[in-house]
Amino acid sequence: MIYLCQELRGRFPRQVRSVEEPVPGQFTVLLNGPDATAIARHLLTERQARLVTVFAEDRVNAEGVFYIYYLFDRLGDPAWVMLKAPIPADHPAFPSLAAEFPAVNWQEREIQDWFGLEAAGHPNPRRVALHDNWPDVHPLRKSFPLDTVLPPFEGERHVYRPTHGEGVFHIPVGPVHAGIIEPGHFDFAVAGEPILYLQLRMFYTHKGTEKLFESIPVHRAVFLAESISGDSAFSHGAAFCQAIELAAEIEVPARAQFLRTILLELERIANHISDIGAIANDVGFVIANAHSGRVREIVLRLCETLTGSRVLRGMVAIGGVRGDWRRPQVDAIENTLQVVEREFRDLVAIIQSSNSTRERLQHTGILRPDKASKLGIVGVAGRASGVDLDLRRDHPYEAYRHLTFSVPVYQAGDVRHRMLVRIDEVRESIEIVRAAVAHMPGGPHRAPSKPIPPDRCALSAVEGWRGEIVHWVRTGDGNRLERCKVKDPSMNNWPAIVEAVEGNIVADFPVINKSFNLSYSGTDR
Amino acid sequence: MFRILQKTLSVGAATADYPRIAPRLAEQFRGCPEFDFEAWTDARPAADACPTGAIAVCDRDGLRQVTVDYGRCIFCGECAEASSDGAVRMTQRFELAAADRRDLVLSAEYTLYPDGSHAALQSATSGPSVEGPGKRIEAAIQNLLGRSLAIRQVDAGSCNGCEQEIVALNNPVHDIERFGIHFVASPRHADMLLVTGPVTRNMELALRKTWAATPDPKIVVAVGACGISGGIFGTNYASLGGVDAVIPVDVYIPGCPPRPEALLHGILLALGQLRRRAVSRPRS
Repeated sequence: MIYLCQELRGRFPRQVRSVEEPVPGQFTVLLNGPDATAIARHLLTERQARLVTVFAEDRVNAEGVFYIYYLFDRLGDPAWVMLKAPIPADHPAFPSLAAEFPAVNWQEREIQDWFGLEAAGHPNPRRVALHDNWPDVHPLRKSFPLDTVLPPFEGERHVYRPTHGEGVFHIPVGPVHAGIIEPGHFDFAVAGEPILYLQLRMFYTHKGTEKLFESIPVHRAVFLAESISGDSAFSHGAAFCQAIELAAEIEVPARAQFLRTILLELERIANHISDIGAIANDVGFVIANAHSGRVREIVLRLCETLTGSRVLRGMVAIGGVRGDWRRPQVDAIENTLQVVEREFRDLVAIIQSSNSTRERLQHTGILRPDKASKLGIVGVAGRASGVDLDLRRDHPYEAYRHLTFSVPVYQAGDVRHRMLVRIDEVRESIEIVRAAVAHMPGGPHRAPSKPIPPDRCALSAVEGWRGEIVHWVRTGDGNRLERCKVKDPSMNNWPAIVEAVEGNIVADFPVINKSFNLSYSGTDR
Repeated sequence: MFRILQKTLSVGAATADYPRIAPRLAEQFRGCPEFDFEAWTDARPAADACPTGAIAVCDRDGLRQVTVDYGRCIFCGECAEASSDGAVRMTQRFELAAADRRDLVLSAEYTLYPDGSHAALQSATSGPSVEGPGKRIEAAIQNLLGRSLAIRQVDAGSCNGCEQEIVALNNPVHDIERFGIHFVASPRHADMLLVTGPVTRNMELALRKTWAATPDPKIVVAVGACGISGGIFGTNYASLGGVDAVIPVDVYIPGCPPRPEALLHGILLALGQLRRRAVSRPRS
């Protein structure tokens, strides 16, 4: 990446002001003006980089400008490069990349809504993160107080793309759904059974999380990070702590890294098992779901033994983990894994023995590899559609650099292969946990606490069970944060569902949706 | 087919017999904290450590009032770690559901010393009684054979942590259907709304509409610290706080998230309320 940054300097001398490396392996390329288009295009098309996320920061009080950050990743390079484009406060606009790179469509509109920075030239510049009935406010600006009381909600005025033609009609669904799932609105345009297109409306669970990060002390913010997406509590908690540790130069003891790795994998195992059962359930194979629920309980009990919480809450802490394990707890890991391995083998055998299940899952909800890479799809959904990304391998963190594992990648991109990725990953994760237990070093489980220095920036990325989680922080005075950007993989992956359902029948929507299993709360924050 | 039958028979019954038999908790399980108000020499470190503001200290007129709100508590244990005097202790208690929000709040008053420390407990309230709800639940279960209960779950803005445990109620281990309780797809079919929070500004209208669509007699259960009080999110520009800021709530189930047995405990407690409601005048 250092060569790449030097190349950018040479090639774009008028745009690039400086290159910094605030944290080893995290390069920041500061630009002279708001236009990052040419450099972004060069990185994406000439240098095969991938745009991970785009986000903004209000630095008007401190530096008189807003910043927009473009985070890039290149396969095979463990370093990160981030473009940092200043946006003048008196002309709050930046050129949009969305027409060329649809992966940033929602993220640019989120910046518009939350910061009041116009994504100039955006093909669909309507609101996305603030609903239509919101007044003209920009909550992530520093001038907007967190506890602002807005006028009451007065109903939706959102206009969906109309449908014309005989026998063509709309099916509106949500935000309150039939199952026990999170709220979002789906507007299906259908011609008989097949879906013509799907329009999504998210951000029903927006609860001011990123703004809230700016108002609470860092040690409390760890618990807020655990509540970004409850099914990924440990992954988000760990991603947040890693960002703070990098910013504050806190050395996490080796033992803590292994403990975290084990818990990250247990979170993956529990959620994958649950998803595999739920996918079977959505095509009517209820008995498989019953077994999956039972096996999942075995994993959750282990989680409770290791952390005091079935869902791994209250364990991760800045500098390590809050509690070390005694011998019986470590023994419980191997004993439980043996049971889980056997039960999981039987569960998979039951599912794969059913031809009718296979027929429902195969060729259903296909996301083609070219679409997946164009839309910037990550995680399980990406790997089922040929996107060979896994942060554990590509940007190793915690103890992953000491562990070997394989990353399953398929090309078919249907529901069945999204399930197969999960099946393979559960098996890999069981072995990762075993290896981590076997090689776990001694020593302390948490670094001594120290004050967090102000005005430090750092990035962290964790491969949650769903996919790529990114946190970026700028520290502030008094153990607080100036900014915490949270990117859940769900944010990247919603367009994949829109793509995958086209031409499928409405009755298959639940299983297609479940095969992605995105977090609404992680998207909406 | 043979494989499925063989597997299912070999597993046998997986269901835990809660509430008849107490659940097998891991030794490490963190339930709610317990406070020894007599021995508590200084509540400030615990209040500082608490991530959700469940412990509050207010000094006024030479007195220090300390309140502890189980409706905000996420059972993280930071208060016990921060209190060096041993007056705060983590327990394995999780059956905390209460029909009255005030039952979840403890308070104590101390004489305040000029140096900021305190002593001499003046008064303290007891908070949720362990034995009360248990008794009521037994009665409710005895009446259970009479009817079934249909629940519509509403996520009014949660992080999906509570949903994880609510889904677990349907697995063979917790198997809520053994009580005749089942989750339905529409509020029009429901007796009970099981609502997680915090209620976001964007979900307020949907929640009100769902409540209005539920036929009387109906009952509302607020789940988790966020559903009760807004939890770690509290109230802000996007969050209205707990469910009772928007619709009337009959039973509150603390936890973050409440474990499935805690949910079951709260739902059974609410069932008793519903039966009472059915014989009295419906509320509209």
